[in-house]
Amino acid sequence: MEYKPIRKVVSGNYAAAYAVKHARVEVVAAYPITPQTSIIEKIAEFLANGEVENLQYVPVESEHSAMAATIGASATGARAFTATSAQGLALMHEMLHWAAGARLPIVMVDVNRAMAPPWSVWDDQTDSLAQRDTGWMQFYAENNQEVYDGVLMSFKVAEKVNVPAMVIESAFILSHTYDVVEMIPQELVDEFLPPREPLYTLTDFDNPKAIGALATPNDYYEFRYKLAKAHEEAKKVIKEVGKEFGERFGRDYSQMIELYRTDDADFVFMGMGSLMGTVKQAVDILREEGYKVGAAKVRWFRPFPSEELYELAKNVEGIAVLDRNYSFGMEGILFTEAKGVLYNTDAKPLMKNYIVGLGGRDFTVDDVRKIAENMKAIIEKGELDVEVDWYHLKR
Amino acid sequence: MNTLFGEKKEGATKIVLTKVDEYPEAPISLGTTLSNFTGDWRTFIPVIDDSKCVKCYICWKFCPEPAIYIREDGYVAVDYDYCKGCGICANECPTNAITMEKEEK
Repeated sequence: MEYKPIRKVVSGNYAAAYAVKHARVEVVAAYPITPQTSIIEKIAEFLANGEVENLQYVPVESEHSAMAATIGASATGARAFTATSAQGLALMHEMLHWAAGARLPIVMVDVNRAMAPPWSVWDDQTDSLAQRDTGWMQFYAENNQEVYDGVLMSFKVAEKVNVPAMVIESAFILSHTYDVVEMIPQELVDEFLPPREPLYTLTDFDNPKAIGALATPNDYYEFRYKLAKAHEEAKKVIKEVGKEFGERFGRDYSQMIELYRTDDADFVFMGMGSLMGTVKQAVDILREEGYKVGAAKVRWFRPFPSEELYELAKNVEGIAVLDRNYSFGMEGILFTEAKGVLYNTDAKPLMKNYIVGLGGRDFTVDDVRKIAENMKAIIEKGELDVEVDWYHLKR
Repeated sequence: MNTLFGEKKEGATKIVLTKVDEYPEAPISLGTTLSNFTGDWRTFIPVIDDSKCVKCYICWKFCPEPAIYIREDGYVAVDYDYCKGCGICANECPTNAITMEKEEK
């Protein structure tokens, strides 16, 4: 069948809901939280209209239960999905470990939202990055199209390596903003994403199994190693699946870090999620103004694309790491990771951390220009002014 | 070994994994309790002195696991594959026939 995309104008949340529909998800655990609610509302609408078959929709009483229900469903061999935001994701924290530890390929959409207090419903990456060590893979979407593509690819990757994945989109900037999304006809999605072949199922009654049972110090360590190796394997699978997606549907995701005009760049902006759309636009403008700059968008934060970062860092003089998040007592989280990767290598570009856009603070092309001016100055001088720059601060 | 009140599990073989490649991909049980020896958890081990035993079977009733069984001669014995060493049997024994001793491993 020839690929002819179906173009729809949808919000990021609706893009996620359509991807769930097209992925033929069998169980959705639903609990509302702003700004995620319209994902599960849209899925409920699909169900009410008879547009999805064979879907169990489980309204639950909290996010902790949502993840628990998803884990139970996934353990029976079903394709399971849920979605949340900020405080809701934090409430799931304990259950996230159970999902990853039990090697269940659940896919969840987290709509990035700032953690309270002060209460905020706007964009900020600290909620998802606080779940860094749960064993979940994390895909950061730049736009509504990537939300749709990300959910479909994440199911495929997750089910190949038996590790759960989060697809992360920005609060309101993507979740509630409408854009054209090219959707894939159902038959072609089915070819790309065949039914799940589970590692084990609780419904295999001839071979009953216990999951999540106790492992003494004699055995626990080996299971951690297995999960660690699965993340290593996932790097390979992500590139393969991303390449296959490109060949089938024209959008290539074979790079875990998307490089934009970095070939001859003196320095690059590195970041994740929707703010990188602004950065790419700014790079085009800055290039015309004579700046040799590029953008490096980290698509997958876990597993971390260390090798790709090293290849990038070898060829640039500076990296401006834009963090829409902050780890208190330290610095931006992506900045820590990126510096850590490069420490034992011979690539030593000047690296500076810009804390931007926390709690939905607007981040514009003009902001990127100011950061570019600052980066240019410190590269010419050969040393940093400050390592961590609270860029928007009202001084 | 069948008796009036219980039996020791026969045919139990412990699964011991010595290499990481032998482990299952996901943490699932490799078998039933016939291979999952919960007696591994024990620090203290109950030791029974038959000369003090009056065959009251209070220990057998109170054991939270089926780890105490009754031999054909009517005395009690411990199934050490499953005894976790909780010490309830020793605590309840009216004649102090059971003592808990630190296990040498």
